[in-house]
Amino acid sequence: MAIDTKLPYEKDYVSNYSARLNEPEWMKSLRLQGLELVDTLPMPKPDKTNISKWNFKDYKHDAEGKAIQSLEELPNEIKVLLDLDNKNQNLFIQRNQSVAYQSLSSELKAKGVIFTDIFSAMNEHSDLVQRYFMKDAVSVDENRLTALHTALMNGGVFVYVPKNVVIEDPLQAIFWQEDLEVASFNHVIVVAEENSSLTYVENYISHNKTENAVANIVTEVIAHDNANVSFGAVDNFASGTTVYVNRRGVAYRDATIDWALGQMNDGNTVSENITHLIGDNSVSHAKTVTVGRGEQTQNFTAKIVHFGRNSEGYILQHGVMKDSASSVFNGIGKIEHGATKSNAEQESRVLMLSKNARGDANPILLIDEDDVTAGHAASVGRVDPLQIFYLMSRGISRFEAERLIIHGFLAPVVNEIPIKAVRDQLTQVIEGKVH
Amino acid sequence: MAGSTLEIKDLHVTIEDQEILKGVNLTITGGEFHAVMGPNGTGKSTLAAAIMGHPKYVITKGSILLDGEDVLEMEVDERAKAGLFLAMQYPSEITGVTTSDFLRSSVNAHREEGNEISLMKFIKEMDAAMDYLEMDKNMAQRYLNTGFSGGEKKRNEILQLMMIKPAIGILDEIDSGLDIDALKVVSKGINKLRDESFGCLIITHYQRLLEYITPDKVHVMMQGRVVKSGGPELAQRLEAEGYEWIKEELGIEDEIAGQKA
Ligand SMILES: Nc1ncnc2c1ncn2[C@@H]1O[C@H](COP(=O)(O)OP(=O)(O)OP(=O)(O)O)[C@@H](O)[C@H]1O
Ligand SMILES: [Mg+2]
Repeated sequence: MAIDTKLPYEKDYVSNYSARLNEPEWMKSLRLQGLELVDTLPMPKPDKTNISKWNFKDYKHDAEGKAIQSLEELPNEIKVLLDLDNKNQNLFIQRNQSVAYQSLSSELKAKGVIFTDIFSAMNEHSDLVQRYFMKDAVSVDENRLTALHTALMNGGVFVYVPKNVVIEDPLQAIFWQEDLEVASFNHVIVVAEENSSLTYVENYISHNKTENAVANIVTEVIAHDNANVSFGAVDNFASGTTVYVNRRGVAYRDATIDWALGQMNDGNTVSENITHLIGDNSVSHAKTVTVGRGEQTQNFTAKIVHFGRNSEGYILQHGVMKDSASSVFNGIGKIEHGATKSNAEQESRVLMLSKNARGDANPILLIDEDDVTAGHAASVGRVDPLQIFYLMSRGISRFEAERLIIHGFLAPVVNEIPIKAVRDQLTQVIEGKVH
Repeated sequence: MAGSTLEIKDLHVTIEDQEILKGVNLTITGGEFHAVMGPNGTGKSTLAAAIMGHPKYVITKGSILLDGEDVLEMEVDERAKAGLFLAMQYPSEITGVTTSDFLRSSVNAHREEGNEISLMKFIKEMDAAMDYLEMDKNMAQRYLNTGFSGGEKKRNEILQLMMIKPAIGILDEIDSGLDIDALKVVSKGINKLRDESFGCLIITHYQRLLEYITPDKVHVMMQGRVVKSGGPELAQRLEAEGYEWIKEELGIEDEIAGQKA
């Protein structure tokens, strides 16, 4: 296995890459530290999914992308993600590894909000980025892929909302892997200072059906006291991309982090969504939907760890499996000693559309405190023939009846995606994947 | 418009290899209201479900014709589009699909492609029907039957009946679980449809419903057959005396449908 995942990129390459981007010294040494760890650390071990044969090696690390002058230049598949009518000014588009478009309302700029690519952020706000980069949410040395991510990080955004700033319009980031072979080692940091609030939505898109690529993504969301972060994402990597995506949140006192993730990749995927409820009264809703098709294998972990008293965590995972796709859904609610009066709830539902599909729901509650409440529900089932009968008895065709039931099944999460254009697009993607 | 005719001839139906219906004969024509009564387990719901094409029921013998067309050859949705409607004893709950979206799909399914009902017109009609049935308008935005009370589900079935306006309606225990006021409201909704173009088969255990919706004919089912038919007075006698006298009259010992003969 060490051979399989051996780095195609060496120390010189990494140093030069860092120098070319004008990175601060701390980042360069962190990259080299990550690089050294790659050879010694084990691969991540997602529960019940064997990833030893997955492609984590075949990709291109660097590719430029052309900037655009106007949003009209974008191809339709990107344009549909934008709320063009509402002229949302808080938009960031990354094309391969280049910033193609970037705008932030002057009002937010004046308030000190930062919404920029991760490299500019490291140049302009080095200390701030350093304070959060691979610190509280994800560590460099967790496993070989987090180390590799650190060494080869090649894109992403930095979002910073100062104290007491409440942002109404969502911030939207689009990561468009236009090049068919380029890897995404994207790093996203969202920091919400005390009493601040924001909605952030990201889209990942690639087109490589036959070419191999890798996505190794780390997202770190930090919600300080009484901050509120609503995080939406639609991942839409094509079948040629192997995906390892880590989305982590840390919520301090009275803070809320809500996740609504549409995980629509067509390739093999390991997704970890972990939130640490550090502060008293902190809350997280972690909602995810997925549709598996073809031969793809996926492993989803949604985990909420309670440290603070009276903290609340709700996990909701809905998956539809067709063809020979197989997926494991791990839902983990963990209550640490001292987190009294906390509540850990989770629900995992898998709908199977074909005989050869596989779906596994593993609800896990780990509780080290007496004075708490917790619950879980999990089910793996097929479309109920009585529901089909009921709908058809009103004249609705079998095809349409199935469509309604499947969309209905996914609706509780889809409806949580913050931007209407993105939500509609997710519905379209689901439509395309299911039929 | 003259009504449709539904003819059920010598219908035999099996579920999981057990014969439940053993030769049902019944004809319903537009303008007529038929009540079907009978003790528990005698095959009433089986008859209703078999007419609509429930996937679990297998027709082993007999025929169902709607205006001469072979219903048994049709898929469930085709039966609906041909004019049949079944208000179910236990309607399914479907999460994630709003009652309103479902209703609109149903209404549009009964219309030609390209001639879908406009959203405005649909909402107007739905609001009017909901007012008529004294339903809370918020129900339309709730997920279909999900968490509805028993009575709310029944009202929702009648709401669909009123919106779809089928040629033949089959109502399976539409009165069960309804309080007195709801019973009146639901009956009012059904009576509103009463005209030459609408025929109705009402399955019920209680004369009470038939006081509001006067049937033209009353049929009694036992052992998977219609064993007796008559006018509204038959229902009154059943209410007063129960089923014993019919069993004695016909020499029936066990009325249940699924028993081995
Ligand atoms: N899956 C099944 N397997 C075997 N027998 C069944 C099955 N489903 C229904 N039955 C039997 O078929 C018979 C008729 O049932 P049906 O629901 O048609 O009765 P009903 O007249 O509507 O009764 P009720 O008045 O209680 O609603 C019953 O004896 C029932 O137990
Ligand atoms: Mg019944």
